[in-house]
Amino acid sequence: MEQQRSVSGLLQSPRSPSSQPYLSVSVTDPVKLGNGVQAYVSYRVITKTNFPDYQGPEKIVIRRYIDFIWLRDRLFEKYKGIFIPPLPEKSAVEKFRFSAEFIEMRRQALDVFVNRIASHNLLQQSEDLRTFLQADEETMERLRSYENGIFKKKPADLIQIFKDVQSKVSDVVLGKEKPVEESNLEYEKLKHYVFELENHLAEAQKHAYRLVKRHRELGQSLSDFGKAAKLLGACEGQALGKAFSDLGAKSEALSVKLQKEAHQLLMSFEEPLKDYVRAVQSIKATIGDRANAFRQQCELDETMKLKKINLYASGLPYIMPFPPCFAIFCCH
Amino acid sequence: MMGSENPGFEEAHLLVPREEMENLVLDDPLTTNHPNNNNSYSSFRSANSSISESTHHPLSPPVLSIPADFDPLLSPPVYQNPNGSDNNYIEPPSYADVIFSPFDDNSANEINLIDSTSQDQDSSISLSRSSSSSSDYIKITVSNPKKEQETTNSLVPGGNTYYTYLITTRTNIPDFGSPEFSVRRRFRDVVTLSDRLAEAYRGYFIPPRPDKNVVESQVMQKQEFVEQRRVALEKYLRRLAEHPVIRLSDELKVFLQVEGRLPMPMNTDVASRMLDGAVKLPKQLFGESTSVVAPHEVVQPAKGGRDLLRLFKELRQSVANDWGGSKPPVVEEDKVFMEKKEWIHDLEQQISNASQQAEALVKAQQDMGETMGELGLTFIKLTKFENEEAMYNSQRVRAADMKCLATAAVKASRFYRELNVQTVKHLDTLHEYLGLMLAVHGAFVDRSSALLTVQTLLSELSTHHSRAEKLEAASSKIFGGDKSRIHKIEELKETIRVTEDAKNVAIREYERIKENNRCELERLDKERRVDFLNMLKGFVVNQVGYAEKISDVWAKVAEETSGYARNS
Repeated sequence: MEQQRSVSGLLQSPRSPSSQPYLSVSVTDPVKLGNGVQAYVSYRVITKTNFPDYQGPEKIVIRRYIDFIWLRDRLFEKYKGIFIPPLPEKSAVEKFRFSAEFIEMRRQALDVFVNRIASHNLLQQSEDLRTFLQADEETMERLRSYENGIFKKKPADLIQIFKDVQSKVSDVVLGKEKPVEESNLEYEKLKHYVFELENHLAEAQKHAYRLVKRHRELGQSLSDFGKAAKLLGACEGQALGKAFSDLGAKSEALSVKLQKEAHQLLMSFEEPLKDYVRAVQSIKATIGDRANAFRQQCELDETMKLKKINLYASGLPYIMPFPPCFAIFCCH
Repeated sequence: MMGSENPGFEEAHLLVPREEMENLVLDDPLTTNHPNNNNSYSSFRSANSSISESTHHPLSPPVLSIPADFDPLLSPPVYQNPNGSDNNYIEPPSYADVIFSPFDDNSANEINLIDSTSQDQDSSISLSRSSSSSSDYIKITVSNPKKEQETTNSLVPGGNTYYTYLITTRTNIPDFGSPEFSVRRRFRDVVTLSDRLAEAYRGYFIPPRPDKNVVESQVMQKQEFVEQRRVALEKYLRRLAEHPVIRLSDELKVFLQVEGRLPMPMNTDVASRMLDGAVKLPKQLFGESTSVVAPHEVVQPAKGGRDLLRLFKELRQSVANDWGGSKPPVVEEDKVFMEKKEWIHDLEQQISNASQQAEALVKAQQDMGETMGELGLTFIKLTKFENEEAMYNSQRVRAADMKCLATAAVKASRFYRELNVQTVKHLDTLHEYLGLMLAVHGAFVDRSSALLTVQTLLSELSTHHSRAEKLEAASSKIFGGDKSRIHKIEELKETIRVTEDAKNVAIREYERIKENNRCELERLDKERRVDFLNMLKGFVVNQVGYAEKISDVWAKVAEETSGYARNS
């Protein structure tokens, strides 16, 4: 399976002849840095590639979680219509932010995130990806704080927001109830599927989480029971006592296995399910983007119609205006 | 298996890149082949890998190590377990064969070396304890609760209502006179029975009767409460019937056979007894009635009796024992007993602890089964959804595989629940023995109160003797005799005589109780060993059997979906 060529033919084991382009990334070695409130975890991101613009064959950089967020946001902005791979969430509970398990779960998810981008025909060409994988830490920090700063909203965005509000108000005034939506049956079906899928996956993930918990609980109770059996055995003595002791020892051994199983279940079953839920949510974001773009197009269409009417009414010779171009359309 | 044989897979492999889901970045082993062997990424994509390649399956049955030197109490294992060192999910002969339906007494008898002659088939889980190895039995059932009206003494129209229960006995013991009989009894009768047994069988480990549950009877739903009580009564009577001595007692016979109100001594409640005693006390103090304990009363403990004076005397004695400077005349000398008593106390603590942990274990198993089932159902729903809304064939193929997993989860869930039902039955032995510990306490209390009676009488005697000596010494000094003193001496001598009699009776009683204690302790030891061994065997065989079944289920799924396995 390792050596099998992928369908797109872009990716291969690093050991094959370097004429074939490849890009492989790994996220490793989480290290806790800083103190107190400022503390955070940094990861080593190792890139192995023979892409022309990259510093190959291997480059190692240090990145932290908000750097990944930066990359995701950049890609989302620039590659409209493409399903951007999801990122693991922030930790809801402060206490576990630095627990070994949480860090490992996050590292795994980040690794998957970057690899998905690297294996995507379009996304792997992204300049931002290259920056992310290659730039030194100071540059990264600078870029990151600039983009995430309070001046993130560009003037064009502000005008757009204003227009959105304007159109919403006029909708209400004119008595239009629903926002304009695409009337594409197949697309509707797809949207419905995606929304339903999220529900199902979320429920599955919830039960997977519980199952992990149950394994841990069963492990714990077996351990306690084993200890109690051993004590009882010590009290009883003789053959019966030995039987109890043996039972106790086995119980404790089983308990250890169950805890391992719980961990395995968490990493190999629950985490992937969570990842799929996030992925579907990411798809929904893209769907939302599309809906916005469609709406914008409709509004501009409306505006154009009005302007044409004005132009006509003003008596000037009718000039065919350029149809508005929107490069927003994505995959269908 | 999956990859080569299933045409759907091949088809999907070709279809997907052409389809418009090309941008779907979700993991799909058919479209993206990542050469990166980074652990997280690869293991991430095939959750199956861990199951199919591990050499030690997390659910593989635990192996009970068998000691080289065999203790005859441990029966030779009926099913040899060829050690699961190789990766066998199914090990013939399979433990799972032993456990297919509820653990019944028959299979338990096979496992148990000790000859089971007891025919208590459905009654309780403890079997084959009869060391006397007689084939007699008493089987008691409590059923048919009925509401009845109190006919006499009802000041309020409509009167007091109470419930009676039908108690049916089947036996082949000739003493009972008939092989089958029934009687209707109310709870009050049970209390009487228990009190009378306590009086008559001091020193024995008498199973404790069910609680009166005064609060619960008011608060709970009537049906629930009555049912709860019925179950408790049945358990109690069956335990009485298992006791080798008590099962043949008159008290029990009368209770089980004689219809109508149980004959009770007048005024058995504590309050009226105290009143009686209070009435007697002035007479005793002023010498009008005998101030000596009558021999027949000596065989009963002072506490709870009518004789307040005796109560005071014994109380004084016990204080003197604890705080007085001198040693009481007779003490508990039996070192063996003292050690045994301490050991019993320790044992009780350990049993209590184990019983608590057993409860927690049962709960954990229950939860596991439930959650597993819910997970399975969720995946079945997801499968259905995928099948209905699928746009591409690959989805349906995937859905079919998912269904295997889902059904496996549901099956496993059912097994966990079955396992738990059996586990409860076995570990219940621990709870039963906790109840028995109460009986043991009672028997030890009988012993110490009998001892106290003896000590008190001995003190009294020595007091009387010294008084008599003093009087004699004083009267001998007077020439011609001291009429009043001589009269007193005569009276005193009479008192001494009666007290001596009482003392002898008390000592006999004390010795009797000691002997009862000893016999019962022996019996407890023997029966406990058997019961606990049965419990352990049953518990372990169950665990192993079901673990095998559950692991079989998962092994099947692993095989069915082995196409997804990654050989990393």
